[in-house]
Amino acid sequence: MEEKYFGHSVLRKEGREKVTGRARYVDDLAFPEMLHGVTVRSSVAHGRIRDIPFGEGIPWGEFTVVTAADIPGKNEIALIEHDQPCLAAEFINHPEEAVVLLAHADRYLLEEARRAVQIDVEPLPAIFSIEESIAKRVVLYGKDNVFKEYHLEKGDVDAAWARADVIVEGEYRTGAQEQLYIENQGMIATANPADGVTIWGSLQCPYYIHKALITLFGLPGEKIRVIQAETGGGFGGKEEYPSMIAGHAALLAWKSGKPVKIIYDRAEDMVATTKRHPSRTRHRTGVTRDGKLVAMDIDFVIDGGAYATLSSVVLSRGTIHAAGPYFCPNVRVHSRAVATNAPPHGAFRGFGAPQAIFAAERHIDQVALAVNLTPEEFRRRNFLHKGQTTITGQLINEDVNFDGLLDRAFRESDYHAKRERFARENPGEAVKRGIGFASFMHGAGFTGSGEVYLASVVELEATREGIVRVLAASTEIGQGTNTVFSQIAADALGISYDRIEIARPDTGAVPNSGPTVASRTSMVVGHLVETAALGMKRTLVDSGLLCDACTEDEFVRACKRYIDTRGPLRSRTQYEPPPGLFWDDKKYSGDAYGTYAWAVYVAEVAVDTVTFEALTDFVAVQEIGKVIHPVLAAGQIEGGVAQAIGMSLYENVVWREGRMANGQMTNYIMPTAADIPPIRVFFEEQPYPFGPHGAKGIGELPMDGPAPAIINAIENATGICVREIPATPEVLMEALTAKAGALV
Amino acid sequence: MRAYIPAYDLRVPGSLSETLALLSREPGVWQPFAGGTDLMVLLEAGKLSHKRYLSVAKLEDLRGIDVTTADVTLGALTTYSEIQNHRLLQKEFPLLCTAARETGSIATQNRGTLGGNIVNASPAADSPPALLVYDAEIELISARGVRWLPYHGFHTGYKKMQIAPDELLRAVRLPRRVKKWRQYYRKVGTRRAQAISKVCFAGAALVEKGTIRDVRIALGSVAPIVLRAVKTEDALFGKKATPTIIAAARETLAQEIAPIDDIRSTARYRLRVAQNLLEEFLSQLAK
Amino acid sequence: MSESVSRINIACRVNGAPRRVQAYPMARLLDVLREEMHLTGTKEGCGEGECGACAVLMNGAIVNSCLVPAVEADGMDIRTIEGIARGEQLSAVQEAFLECGGAQCGICTPGMVIASVALLERHPHPSDVEIREGLAGNLCRCTGYQKIFASVVRACEATSDKRPGKQ
Repeated sequence: MEEKYFGHSVLRKEGREKVTGRARYVDDLAFPEMLHGVTVRSSVAHGRIRDIPFGEGIPWGEFTVVTAADIPGKNEIALIEHDQPCLAAEFINHPEEAVVLLAHADRYLLEEARRAVQIDVEPLPAIFSIEESIAKRVVLYGKDNVFKEYHLEKGDVDAAWARADVIVEGEYRTGAQEQLYIENQGMIATANPADGVTIWGSLQCPYYIHKALITLFGLPGEKIRVIQAETGGGFGGKEEYPSMIAGHAALLAWKSGKPVKIIYDRAEDMVATTKRHPSRTRHRTGVTRDGKLVAMDIDFVIDGGAYATLSSVVLSRGTIHAAGPYFCPNVRVHSRAVATNAPPHGAFRGFGAPQAIFAAERHIDQVALAVNLTPEEFRRRNFLHKGQTTITGQLINEDVNFDGLLDRAFRESDYHAKRERFARENPGEAVKRGIGFASFMHGAGFTGSGEVYLASVVELEATREGIVRVLAASTEIGQGTNTVFSQIAADALGISYDRIEIARPDTGAVPNSGPTVASRTSMVVGHLVETAALGMKRTLVDSGLLCDACTEDEFVRACKRYIDTRGPLRSRTQYEPPPGLFWDDKKYSGDAYGTYAWAVYVAEVAVDTVTFEALTDFVAVQEIGKVIHPVLAAGQIEGGVAQAIGMSLYENVVWREGRMANGQMTNYIMPTAADIPPIRVFFEEQPYPFGPHGAKGIGELPMDGPAPAIINAIENATGICVREIPATPEVLMEALTAKAGALV
Repeated sequence: MRAYIPAYDLRVPGSLSETLALLSREPGVWQPFAGGTDLMVLLEAGKLSHKRYLSVAKLEDLRGIDVTTADVTLGALTTYSEIQNHRLLQKEFPLLCTAARETGSIATQNRGTLGGNIVNASPAADSPPALLVYDAEIELISARGVRWLPYHGFHTGYKKMQIAPDELLRAVRLPRRVKKWRQYYRKVGTRRAQAISKVCFAGAALVEKGTIRDVRIALGSVAPIVLRAVKTEDALFGKKATPTIIAAARETLAQEIAPIDDIRSTARYRLRVAQNLLEEFLSQLAK
Repeated sequence: MSESVSRINIACRVNGAPRRVQAYPMARLLDVLREEMHLTGTKEGCGEGECGACAVLMNGAIVNSCLVPAVEADGMDIRTIEGIARGEQLSAVQEAFLECGGAQCGICTPGMVIASVALLERHPHPSDVEIREGLAGNLCRCTGYQKIFASVVRACEATSDKRPGKQ
């Protein structure tokens, strides 16, 4: 197959609309007679609803008011479990839990009305930390607050300690992080018993919402339609939460008989929607004197907030990534997702892996120190190679070359020379410089049997004019889905990129190609697009209307002939797992992912001992199978690194009684153009046989490495051992002061 | 957006005298509205309790930067952009220009005004420490007349200042006395741009043969008001910036400031960094 | 419930054309543009003047329209993202954003384009530092800013290539 488009930075399909301001996001849409909707929420973290008084001075007769009693189907947001209500009925389990919905045509009046509704809650004791949850100070879920638990065992850890010359322990913590897509969440709904429910919104997974609304309304699937509007960033924050806001808009539309638009403002979006799961990881590692890993015992806990939502899956990914890209014959990972009275935490790029990898890569630097090896040398002695098994017993059957990645990363960042120079120049300087790195991997696609379960479908259909439309539920949210699919289809069919159109994700018109998450869109769904396109070509060839090697004109003519003589020209493909992949859900062992992308990231920092601020330069080297679109691929890495820099140094969620207290952009600090250092990105290519043209998934990979690389660099610069993120200047100040024991 | 917009009145008086008349006739009923970069944020957060405003944005009497041999007078409506672009201010009052450049973003700087910044009275404001170091004086006008007072002492407590409900801030005057002074300004924010300060330090000193003949030190974000560190200044008059003097000055500063824990930072961080900035300033004087 | 004031008349120029609307005096210019004038290219990201998604040019200067009360717009010359291209002819900045990958999800892009246009008007050949400072008021969550910087550099090159004597 000719690669005319694959591997090249073609102009984006979606590009022109975005640079002219013509792209239509959900708040840009308006419908005749449309009402606005708002949500009245609890300010108390845990309790029983006593009363909901509606205040004076508001013309309540003009308003549509919805409570749990108005829900036609089941009061739940169907996801994995059934514990999360759409609207709180009797009990409140977290601050900002939704209780009452209001709609009115006047947006200003609506805001007055929202303030006039009180949620009177009789408080119950609440818990806000992993420790309180594990201690069962209050039991919120099941018998022990544990949403999900995994016990992963490889080899015989208990026996292996005896063979270790040195044992190193460490505890590491990561805080919550807000996705902070620049477009706040929003939905528009029309709903009535006759026509069913239609949703337009900012979302990543139209079929997740579709499924949730079936349960909420008790309607059959054909009566629910979900359409994606242009979406201004998601990062996982618009994976599961949209089902909630879509449900709310639809309930108001159902009761009022009018279209209803709900758009969150930034304050509401920050405090009420999902965040990255906070984590606590405890490592106990046994090594021989010459630096070989013999035993790893890892305890990994994530705070799931008040309801189960996606915590079990986040936990799963974190668990599998907990030991890093190293070979160790004896590993135990005990992991838990636990309940607290915070708004449920949810999907955010990386999905458990950044938390686990932060701990692993910080810890490995400590282990190296304990056996007097450099961070580099220790890793080289323990990297996974082809023929070895991961902690789930997955056999690595590709030529993983971490030595090569390390060499390249060090070369590009001038690591050794800088490390030596900084050590020499730091004494006496107010600004301490350092360089550190992290080596890591990220499994692409859904874990284990997830992709089989999803059974994704993609369809292609051609028009008489020879335009080929790709029908998939995969959403463009900034990563360039439409462009990548067009490149793949164009090359597979041997026609111009301009002949490919990507249908708007609309559950009424496209099949379910699965959610736009888990770094699967290019690799898994893109592969389906390729297969479907090849299938369409095969149909034409088999019908005698086309030769294998054909010109574009011939293709166009063949389409016309086929449609005129035989009917619609369509091609449909469903996911089939790559051969040889085996996963045991019960034992949690086997081939966790079809493939992994491998990476080494190097961070250079300058820690100002006057103000305790940090960061100067960043090099990101990764092996990703095949680069589909150089600009888009680099854009994914750069964007992910920037978000991870935020996670490492800036983005601190301040919690007060389970509520985010700094829910404004003024006080939740995301890096600006003045803060992000140059990020230099390099790709290696080792084609993955089951990705399109060999491509692996990369969307989440860049979120995993920066935090440990940066904190490792800070340790190199200053000698302080930070074990938590965000490592804000306040944290660095305390650590440097403690180390110095005196004025710095 | 959390405000009931129809309840807010924002009138545009035709002249300064009309504005003062309204303020005098109904004291406390009307409040002045300049660039709006503080008030609109409060409005959108649903926290703007006052509902009636007079826009002073177009009053020419509040505009302009006048230079004489003795001083520079900035109209209250001078924007941060105008401050940064003014040649003489860049040359003689660089701390004010640096403060202006580090306030919010360029978009904020195009709208935000010096007068608005002063009467908003945030202890974290960026320009006021520079104004204190420059011994600024401010002009207040009302229907009753005009008065000048030193900016130092204008703020009497958190969001409390010596301005009557019928008064308007008209101008800020900076005596041109610091041409030979060594000047230092450093704002430590939550990030490098568009940040509210955690600690802000402005210092200027007249140094002759290594001895500090005169010094001004002012800090933001370490007390309920923007603060002149007079005790620390007193400890430095006639001294050389030796390590011993610097260490003692750090201690004196710790006695003078009252940093707190808040949503952005901690008291311990603010204290440590304030001391470090003082040391950085004094170390430069020693060179 | 609070009393209402009357709406006022606002006459201004938007993208070169005279416009007259009615709005509450403290209504945000952002909402006047989006709702009364149906110019939805300017976006709301934060409602606090932090993200720059609402940036427009007012009398040639970049401002956050979420912080400008409607009454201030009276008599002003306003330019929004809709007024940056000339019909279908994109500006140099927009072409550069397209070529260099300066836009991913696109929600920050209108404000970012406005900020880039304003920057290049002040500094036709901005240094690296000037670019960073010039765009520091516009938050982007997708790109990590790298390709936005590249877009500004490309726009600057393209513009100087077009100047007389540079062929």
